[in-house]
Amino acid sequence: MLLIPCPYCGMERPEIEFRHGGEAHVVRPPDPSAVTDEAWTDYLYFRSNPKGVYAERWRHVSGCGRFFNVVRDTVSDRILASYRAGEPRPAAPVEARR
Amino acid sequence: MADPWLTPRSPLDDLSLPVGDKFALADMPPAARFVFRGAEAARAACSTAFGVALPKALGAAGSAGERAALWLGPDEWLLLAEGESAETVAAAIEAGLADVSHALVDVSHRQVALEVTGRDAARVLSAGCPLDLRTKSFPVGMATRTLFDKVDITLWRRGETDFRIEVWRSFSPWLAAALTEAARGAPAA
Repeated sequence: MLLIPCPYCGMERPEIEFRHGGEAHVVRPPDPSAVTDEAWTDYLYFRSNPKGVYAERWRHVSGCGRFFNVVRDTVSDRILASYRAGEPRPAAPVEARR
Repeated sequence: MADPWLTPRSPLDDLSLPVGDKFALADMPPAARFVFRGAEAARAACSTAFGVALPKALGAAGSAGERAALWLGPDEWLLLAEGESAETVAAAIEAGLADVSHALVDVSHRQVALEVTGRDAARVLSAGCPLDLRTKSFPVGMATRTLFDKVDITLWRRGETDFRIEVWRSFSPWLAAALTEAARGAPAA
């Protein structure tokens, strides 16, 4: 089980308290009818699936209830950063823990 | 004689709950319960109106007499007023927050409270709760939403061996049975 640091609760909490919310920082086009079909399709359906460092949303549903973002290495499952929704992705996440 | 239709009944009324020094479960009396949400101004005004300071600290709980306020999230608290009428409490809070933006939701009948006590209380809860319940990581006075197995609970540690669980009403017989079963299998300390 992952231990996920919740930036709102200020502590690591067990993974089963959370729900995964998909890739982070996917921006909805402000005016959908103004973008091309390709750009809209890309927004709706296409997500990156890297082997390595990945920013994703989590919701602490059985806890504080908030959405936040996590940078996780999909190879090692190590969580490199955890930050509040709306905050920019840390430029170069350092391994703060372990 | 009291009108049976107007007498509050608990879903745990017909169950025999374990008692003893090692592990005991008790059904708590009915309470007025609210989920309160609001920014700092609302928090301060509600603390005055409710008579209990709504804690700012993460995972903290404050209480005064039969009233308590539990931190649930950055702008969210659970207010408990045991033995009081939800209408009266809500009216008092609303009166103090007339000009402040906030949300006050009456959840008195959504959930019931179970008291878990005894030497084995933390160990039995650990059968289904994924948090580290040792006092160094879950000290007395801490409250949080979490899980027991598949059921959402709000867990509040009121003493080293004294927990209060808030759980949704329809889940409570299952939770009581699961805790009782876990206590039967708890290895000797």
